[in-house]
Amino acid sequence: MAALKIKKGSSKHSAYNLRPNFSDVQETHTLAVLVDNEPGVLARVIGLFSGRGYNIESLTVAEVDHLGHQSRITIVTKGTPQVIEQIKAQLGRIVPVHEVHDLTVDGPSVERELALFKVTGTGEKRVEALRLADIFRANAVDSTLDSFVFEVTGAPEKIDAFADLMRPLGLVEVARTGVAALSRGAE
Amino acid sequence: MTRQMTGARMVVQALKDQGVDTVFGYPGGAVLPIYDEIFQQNDIRHVLVRHEQGAVHSAEGYARSTGKVGVALVTSGPGATNAVTGLTDALLDSIPIVVLSGQVPTFMIGSDAFQEADTVGITRPCTKHNWLAKDTSTLSGTIHQAFHVARSGRPGPVLVDIPKDVQFASADYTAPQAVNTSNYQPQLKGDIESITELVEALEKAERPVFYTGGGVINSGAAASQLLRELVDATGIPITSTLMGLGAYPASGKNWLGMLGMHGLYEANMAMHDCDLMINIGARFDDRITGLIEAFSPGSKKAHIDIDPSSINKVIRVDIPIVGDVGHVLEDILKIWKARGRKTNKEALVKWQAQVDKWRETDCLSFKQEGKIIKPQYALQRLEALTKDHDRYITTEVGQHQMWAAQYLGFEDPNRWMTSGGLGTMGYGFPASIGVQMAHRDSLVINVAGEASWLMNMQELGTAMQFRLPVKQFILNNERLGMVRQWQELLHGERYSHSWSESLPDFVKLAEAFGAKGIQCSDPDDLDDAIIEMINHDGPVIFDCLVEKHENCFPMIPSGKPHNEMLLGEASTQGAIEAGGAVLV
Repeated sequence: MAALKIKKGSSKHSAYNLRPNFSDVQETHTLAVLVDNEPGVLARVIGLFSGRGYNIESLTVAEVDHLGHQSRITIVTKGTPQVIEQIKAQLGRIVPVHEVHDLTVDGPSVERELALFKVTGTGEKRVEALRLADIFRANAVDSTLDSFVFEVTGAPEKIDAFADLMRPLGLVEVARTGVAALSRGAE
Repeated sequence: MTRQMTGARMVVQALKDQGVDTVFGYPGGAVLPIYDEIFQQNDIRHVLVRHEQGAVHSAEGYARSTGKVGVALVTSGPGATNAVTGLTDALLDSIPIVVLSGQVPTFMIGSDAFQEADTVGITRPCTKHNWLAKDTSTLSGTIHQAFHVARSGRPGPVLVDIPKDVQFASADYTAPQAVNTSNYQPQLKGDIESITELVEALEKAERPVFYTGGGVINSGAAASQLLRELVDATGIPITSTLMGLGAYPASGKNWLGMLGMHGLYEANMAMHDCDLMINIGARFDDRITGLIEAFSPGSKKAHIDIDPSSINKVIRVDIPIVGDVGHVLEDILKIWKARGRKTNKEALVKWQAQVDKWRETDCLSFKQEGKIIKPQYALQRLEALTKDHDRYITTEVGQHQMWAAQYLGFEDPNRWMTSGGLGTMGYGFPASIGVQMAHRDSLVINVAGEASWLMNMQELGTAMQFRLPVKQFILNNERLGMVRQWQELLHGERYSHSWSESLPDFVKLAEAFGAKGIQCSDPDDLDDAIIEMINHDGPVIFDCLVEKHENCFPMIPSGKPHNEMLLGEASTQGAIEAGGAVLV
């Protein structure tokens, strides 16, 4: 979909370009939502998604500006362009939401996720796991004689690929943080 | 200058500073300090309701009829949960109200204390915003912020939950002027390029129609004035949703009547056949659109709304304009005038002729025959006998509500209070109390059905105590009329639980509370009885016994487009297909 641009800081002024080309194709979008870090704000955002039947594929939240009491919520969601538009407009309506950025259409962005993998095994499998971890620039943050915990950082696709490779080598547990994302460039 | 005071006193001071003169409430353990403060002052009138739902609906009635923010005060636990229906009602109809609820002391929150409920959690999805005031030092600022949020942008209900220890503790009071509201400032001015595009479309349109809603009324009296000026200067026909009645006068020459499921034939046909639809402050609700795929198929659509999430939510529009209706109308008029006040006159004459032809259908005609009062006749007589009064109308929800919208004429905004979005039976009576509190000398009539009215009948005590001469005009068909109508059309005339058995004697009921009761069953007595109701100085329950099986027409059946309206009994056979039956 073409045209949707949200100017920086425009969510509270509602100056959306409201004339995108609508299609019925499901798209995955990464939204960055800047909110006041106040009690219940995450519940408002999640309640919006569950109450209106929107999807959440990944969600991360943490305070990013301690003095300004601002948190950044990064949501990966899926829907038709019309639904994505609605999600952004509905998010913009929540009183403690300051800005809504659609990183998928705002221009190039970097998306990163951190994951921890526990892999158990001995012998050749253990050596192979270590070799693959090296290729993926994963760090072994814990090791015993028959297990490793690897730390991997990267785009979600990279984490998925690493998980696929580790599965036959004794993968027993995974913990993922969800996506954190920023637009590229000076803006 | 800073002033130290308790949290409870802050509440009262903040209300005064916000210009509040009336609070609807019900005391309880967790709000006792606030009630103690209310006891010791005379600036704010407190109306003791009989149930917290009544308090919130009364606050809504007060707000809708004045354009000001309505206020309700309830205790923790059940007090707050009883307020939920009213909050949701106000959210769906965009009515500015502030509900203050008591809460157990902060150190007991989470302990399942007596009358503890997670009020902020429960009301989060049914308020525009809510706050738990954990600290007396920020309490007054929070209340001012609450008023700001309730009335700014698209108005709506807000709630401030105040734990009891916060009410007892003391801190510095913050005046409204000192509160920073810059974090919530919705856009008022529309985009000039889009407005110009709309004006261009308006100049060329051959079959334009204005479709207006509650947003015009929420925008204030000036918006209604500007709308009237624009409509009359362009000569474009105008229809309105249930919520928008009165923004353009019913006696105006371009008035088509209400549109939608039970809207007028000419209004719905104009919407279906138009080539330019200008939506001003309405939201393409499902009662309006009918079958979305067949909704006004040949038109270019413009949509003016202060809430960006309303745009493209249901119907994809060609010219979206985010802004306050009043501001945008002002710009439309300015630009249209500057460009030479052009319209497509020739085409408009033809369009008008077509509209007049539709009008000839006379879709609201009915025959009053025999000795049984038709509900339509009752409303027609009520209109004739009260229209010259300084009159406010509230309604409950159901057939009577639709008939009221069809047969009563509204000349001004803020004169019509009805539960549109949520469809809350039990809204009308407490709302009429709220209206009468704001307009002590006006004629306030609640057009009701007997079933809806019983849902909040306890408020008769409130009306008596505060000497509020509200008139309860009950169209009594001993049925849940609208439910019965749907069962007739959709469920093989199996009338499952849609009759009102064991009804009270409404005259005796009125008398039991010390009010006046009037019963009327003969069409020949109706005028005299209505006049008696009007002339009585006090609350009246008017039990109007009407035809029991009357259906409300016109009707767009579920799952049908605007041009497939049912106009009367003859057209109902097999009108609703299985696919439409799942819709409400």
